Amino acid sequence: MSDQTHTLGRPQIIARAVDNPDKTRGWASWFTTTDHKKIGIMYLATVLVFFILGGVEALLIRTQLAVPDNTLLTPERYNQILTMHGTTMIFLVVVPVWAGFANYLLPLMIGARDVAFPRLNAWSYWMYLFGGLALYGSMLYSPPEAGWFSYVPLSLKQYSGTNGQEAWIYMVHLTGLASILGAINFIATIHNMRAPGMGWGRMPLFVWTILIYAYLIIVALTSLAATVTMLLLDRNFGTGFFDPAQGGSALLWQHLFWFFGHPEVYILVLPAFGVFSEILPVFARKPIFGYKAIAAATVGIAFLGMLVWAHHMFATPMSTTVLAFFMLMSFVIAVPTGVKIFNWIATLWRGTVEWTTALLYCVGGIATFTMGGITGIFLAVFPIDWQLTDTYFVVAHFHYTAFGASAFAMVAALYFWWPKMTGRMLSEKVGKLGFALMFIGFHMTFLIQHSAGLSGMPRRIYEYSESDWTVYNFISTIGSFMIALSVAVTVAGVVWSLKRGAIAGPDPWKANTLEWFTPSPPPENNFDVVPRVRSVEPMKDIRREIEQRTKTEQRYKSGQPLMR
Amino acid sequence: MAALLAAPAAKAGLLFPEAGGSPNADSIKTLYIMVFILALFIFVGVEATLLWALFRFKAKKGRTAAQIHGNTKLEVGWTVGAFLILIFITFFTFIKLGDIKDPKPSLIDENGNQVAQTDMVQYAATNQSVPDGPSMTIEVNGQQYVWRYLYPGQDQLLTYTDMVVPVGMTVLLDITADDVVHSWWIPKLGGKMDAVPGYTNKLWFRIPPDAIPEGQKQVVFEGQCAELCGRNHANMYGRVIGMRMADYKKWYADKVQQLKTAETNVAEQQKKLTDNQQSAEGGE
Repeated sequence: MSDQTHTLGRPQIIARAVDNPDKTRGWASWFTTTDHKKIGIMYLATVLVFFILGGVEALLIRTQLAVPDNTLLTPERYNQILTMHGTTMIFLVVVPVWAGFANYLLPLMIGARDVAFPRLNAWSYWMYLFGGLALYGSMLYSPPEAGWFSYVPLSLKQYSGTNGQEAWIYMVHLTGLASILGAINFIATIHNMRAPGMGWGRMPLFVWTILIYAYLIIVALTSLAATVTMLLLDRNFGTGFFDPAQGGSALLWQHLFWFFGHPEVYILVLPAFGVFSEILPVFARKPIFGYKAIAAATVGIAFLGMLVWAHHMFATPMSTTVLAFFMLMSFVIAVPTGVKIFNWIATLWRGTVEWTTALLYCVGGIATFTMGGITGIFLAVFPIDWQLTDTYFVVAHFHYTAFGASAFAMVAALYFWWPKMTGRMLSEKVGKLGFALMFIGFHMTFLIQHSAGLSGMPRRIYEYSESDWTVYNFISTIGSFMIALSVAVTVAGVVWSLKRGAIAGPDPWKANTLEWFTPSPPPENNFDVVPRVRSVEPMKDIRREIEQRTKTEQRYKSGQPLMR
Repeated sequence: MAALLAAPAAKAGLLFPEAGGSPNADSIKTLYIMVFILALFIFVGVEATLLWALFRFKAKKGRTAAQIHGNTKLEVGWTVGAFLILIFITFFTFIKLGDIKDPKPSLIDENGNQVAQTDMVQYAATNQSVPDGPSMTIEVNGQQYVWRYLYPGQDQLLTYTDMVVPVGMTVLLDITADDVVHSWWIPKLGGKMDAVPGYTNKLWFRIPPDAIPEGQKQVVFEGQCAELCGRNHANMYGRVIGMRMADYKKWYADKVQQLKTAETNVAEQQKKLTDNQQSAEGGE
C-alpha cells in the first residue's frame, strides 16, 4: 500500500546540489538564484512596485478629470501619463504577475523540483526588470506619449520627436523576450516534468491556463517584436513601413499591433480564469464542475483569440465582409467564455461555500468579468461599435475585463497562496475590508464610465467642458481613490503578516493540488518524494490514503467545510 | 450626494447612445436597445444565479457538499443556448445594417423641394452605395488639431471646424487625414469613422428637416475627434450646422463672396505694397 504512495521508479530532475547555506540565504542569493520560487517572489515583488506606479498614474488621470477644465496636468504631461499607465499595467504588471505566480506554483503543482531551464528562468526575470527600468528611465527625460498602442503616424519621428518612444520600444523588446523565454520554459516544464500519473486530464486547471498562456505568448509577442522593430527602423533608419508619405501604410501598424493585442488580452485573462478554477472548488468543497469543458474552453478561447484582432479597428476603412467576419468571430469567442462562467457557478452550486477572502475575490472577479463580457457583445456588433469605440464605454469595458478578471484574480491568488510562499496567514479581517473597498470602488469608478462614453465623451482627452460628463467623472474619481485605499489596506496586511501572521502549516486550506504536499514555504527542490497522481485532486487522495494507513480519522472531512 | 446621483438619471446618454440627428444614428440606437434588452436578461440571470449560489450554499456546520463532477446534458445545453442567442443577435444586426451603412435618399431636391419617398429594401454593400436622387459629398480632412471641410461645387469652398449643410439632404462624407490618425464623430449624427492618412473612409448623415426648432434658422450638432492625435486632441472640435435649403444657399453665396472680397483685398494690398516698393526703388 505505502509503496504505491511513494513511487521512486521514475527518473527525477536533478536540481543543482547546494552545500553552502550562504549561497541560498543572504541578500546576494537573490541575485544569483535559479530557484523557481525565489524568482517567482522577485517577479511578484517587482510587479507590486510597478502596480503601485501604474496606480499612481491612474490616480493622476482621475484627479485631472475630476472637474471640468482642470489645469493640474498639461496636455503633454497627460498624454505621457496615460501612455505610461496603459503600458505599465499591461506589460509590467498583468503579464509578469502570471509569470510570477506560474514560476512559483507550476513546478509545485505538477510535482517537479524546478522548471526545465532554471538559468534561462533567471535571465527572463532580469530582462523583465531591465525592460521596466528602460521604460521608467525615460521619466528622467521625456516619457512616450503616443498611447500604449502607439498608433502610427503619431508615434513616428515627425510627430513624436522625443526618445520616449524608443524607451517604449526597448521595453517591449526586453519584456517581450523575457516573456517568450519564460513561455518556452513553462511549455518544456509542463510537457516533460509532470509527476507520475499526472496525464493531461489530471493536470490542475491553473497549469492548463499557463500552458495556453505560454503558447499564446509565443505567437503574439514574437509578432509584436517584429512590429516594434519596424517602428524603430522607421523612426531611426529611414525605412517607410508605416509612413504614408513614403508609400507606407498607417493601417498596417494597427493590424500588426492588434494581431498581438488581442491574444494579449487572453494572455492577461486566461491565467486569471485558472486561478478561479483552482480556488472555487477548494472553498466550495466540491470538485470543479466540468473539468474537461473548462480545459477545452481555454484552448478554444486561445485559438479564437487569434482571429478577432480587427474588432479593435471597426471604424477604420474596411469592407463590410471583413467587418462581418470579425464580428462573428468575436461572438463565437463569447461561447467558451460563457461556458467557463456557467461552470464556475455550477461549482459553487450545492457546495458548502466558505467565504474566505480568496473566494470573495474570485466571485467578485467573476461577477465583474461577466459585466465586461456582456458589454463586449455590444462592442462586437460593429454598427454599435461605431458609436462606442474610442469612448469611455470602451475604457469601462476593458477595465471590467482586465481589472475585473485579472486584478481580482491577482489578489485572490495572493490570499490563497501567500501561506504557501511565506508560511504565514494573511489576516482575513483585513482581507475582507480590502475586498469590500475594492469591489465598491471598482464599480463606482467604472460603471459610470459607460454613461460618459454613451453621452459622447471620447477617451484620452485631458480636459472637457462643463456638461453631463462632469458628474460622471466626479463619481468615477471618488471610486478610483477607494480602489487606492483598498490596495493600501492589502499592502499593509501583507507587511503585517510577514512578521506577525499566524503560522500556516503545509496545508491550511485543505486544498486539492500538490503544492500543499510540501512544507510552507517549500524547501529548495520542493519534494523529497513525488507521489503518484491518481486524480485532478491528488491531495484528497493523499489525505484518504493517510487515513487508511494510520487507521485514525482525520479532523478534516473531505466535502465538508473547514471550520476555523 | 443623493442629488448628485439623481442628476444624471434625467440625461439621455445614461443608458443609450445619442441619436436624433440622422436616420443611421437612430438605427444604431434601435439595434443597441435590442441588444441591451437581451443583455439585461442574461446579465440579471447570470449575476442572480451567482449570488444565489454564494448565499444559499454558504458553509454551515454539518452541511456536506454534493460531490458532482459535471453534467454533460446541462453543459451541452448551455453551450448550444449561448450559440442560439448570438445567432439571434447576428440576425438582427444584418437586418439593421443596411439602414445604418447605406445612405438613404435625400428628402429634398437641389432646390429644397420635397421629393416623394419610396419604401425600398436596402442591403449592406461592401462599399458605400450611392443613394437615389440628389446628395452632396463633403470631403472631411483631419489635421492636428482642426477639421477642414471641402464643399462640392466650382468655388472649392473650404471651412474649418463648422460644417454647414442643408437639412433633409443626404450628406456623404469622404474622410481623410493629412498627418496622423483622427476620428470623425458627431454622436447624434451616427457612428464615428477614423480618418487615416493615405485612405478614404466613408460615412453619411441626413438631418431631419424638423430638427430645426421652430422660429430658429439652424440646428447645431457637436462632436470632437475620437482618436488620440497629439497633445491638443481634447480641443479638436467639430460641429455640424443644419440650415433650411434657402438659408444654406444664402450662407454658401455669402461665404464665397466674403472669400472673394478677402482675396481681392489681399491682392490689392499686395499690389499696393509692390507699387510702393517699386516707387521707393524708383525714387532712389
